[in-house]
Amino acid sequence: MTRLLPPLLLTAAILVGWEIACRLLQVPPWFLPPPSAVAAALIARAPLLAASAGATFWMALQALILAAVLGGGLALAVSLSRPAEQAVRPLAVALQVTPVVAIAPLVMIWAGLDNADRAVVALAAAVAFFPLFSGVLTGLKSADPDLERLFDLYGATPVQRLIRLRLPTALPFMLEGLRVAAGLAVIGAVVAEFVSGSGATQGLAWRLLEAGNRLRTADMLAALTCLMIMGLLLNAAVGLLERAVRRRLA
Amino acid sequence: MAEARTGAAASLDGVRVHYTGRPPLGPLDLTIAPGEIVAMVGASGAGKSTVLRLLAGLEPPSAGTVHLTGGRTGFVFQSATLMPWADALANVALPLELAGMARAEARDRAAGALTAVALGDRLNARPRQLSGGMAMRVALARALVTEPDLLLLDEPFAALDSVTRRRLIEDLHRLWAARRPRPAIVFVTHDVEEALYLADRVVVLDAATGRVAATRVSPGSLPRPSGWRADAGYRAAVEALAADLAEAMPALSETGG
Repeated sequence: MTRLLPPLLLTAAILVGWEIACRLLQVPPWFLPPPSAVAAALIARAPLLAASAGATFWMALQALILAAVLGGGLALAVSLSRPAEQAVRPLAVALQVTPVVAIAPLVMIWAGLDNADRAVVALAAAVAFFPLFSGVLTGLKSADPDLERLFDLYGATPVQRLIRLRLPTALPFMLEGLRVAAGLAVIGAVVAEFVSGSGATQGLAWRLLEAGNRLRTADMLAALTCLMIMGLLLNAAVGLLERAVRRRLA
Repeated sequence: MAEARTGAAASLDGVRVHYTGRPPLGPLDLTIAPGEIVAMVGASGAGKSTVLRLLAGLEPPSAGTVHLTGGRTGFVFQSATLMPWADALANVALPLELAGMARAEARDRAAGALTAVALGDRLNARPRQLSGGMAMRVALARALVTEPDLLLLDEPFAALDSVTRRRLIEDLHRLWAARRPRPAIVFVTHDVEEALYLADRVVVLDAATGRVAATRVSPGSLPRPSGWRADAGYRAAVEALAADLAEAMPALSETGG
């Protein structure tokens, strides 16, 4: 708990300062509403925001699972052959360095014409793919070389080597990748929703856009707060999982 | 390559290994008799670990022949090299399970092997819960659980304190003497006292030529009687071997030391 106290105090100080500044300087609420107004908006729109947060979370989660299956599966396949890895890795890097926003319109056309949610999931999965692929691939190749030799000495089959040595070695790397991917999946989902931008999806990004178009700044900040909290919770959940697995493994 | 040869646990005939960026190893001739303990000393980079990997069949020679009896081989590395996610029992059972032995029987034998190295009460300990000496004993149990004909040890005690090291050497002699037929042991070390105490025969590898520079037969018989470390013949052999080793080392100016 003592670890939580300093950031909470800092947050409280920022909020109080913000509130006082808004009142003293008489900042117009459409420009910057005080935290009290944001809190009021949060409460007033709680059911809508909760439903939207649920939608965004669900899309991000689907994307994460999809990315884990595809990224992990491809890493596993590629780890069995060095030429395959050399062929695939640059393409994976290329996917990673391409800005999400730039590929969003394409994904919209390919996957989202009849179902905007599907496009959001696809795009978020594309963004979350790389850390999972890279984490699993790195992990699978990180086994102690002497342990690898031991498996050689005792004539282990490729399957035995994978299950008894490489997968357990890869697990912490996989979870590290999952933590990064979880954050990216939310970013990808929000970006995709922004680009689709038509209300066909009902996630938090749409709430943000909708409020922005009407200059309801307090509502925007309320949606933003929800996104932030969701990101923190997701990060904490994966962090907990990671720690639990590490304890079991080491 | 794995051609059987009666009268030897393993042998190298005119073996060479070429490396990129350093002088080649060999040509090397070395015969390990069944039940014999051979220590190998030499400067870092003289190729001691490579010889072990050749004898284990983990690395092919660039030229020459490696004769292996085709029997079982055990290997202990410089560090314990245990799987951190598995307990001592699972680590020791690994070679048997990889060979397809049923889990229950493998675990049973692993428990026996751990008891033989005095770790019968730590079967379910994870590697991080074990001291360095205990972890090394787990590694030794894992190497012995298959009842190997040839046991290869690559500086296994280098990272341990001298008391633990001496205790492990006694353990190794005891385990070796208890087994019929006795396994051949090839042991790599930096320490001339350890080499002569542990082995029947000590081979000095020359770092510059990559060949056997000298061979010394240890006085006395194995296992050593207590107090043998003070034996005059042993002390004299240690001095002679230290001189051999110094000659086989690169000159100080070359190593920058």
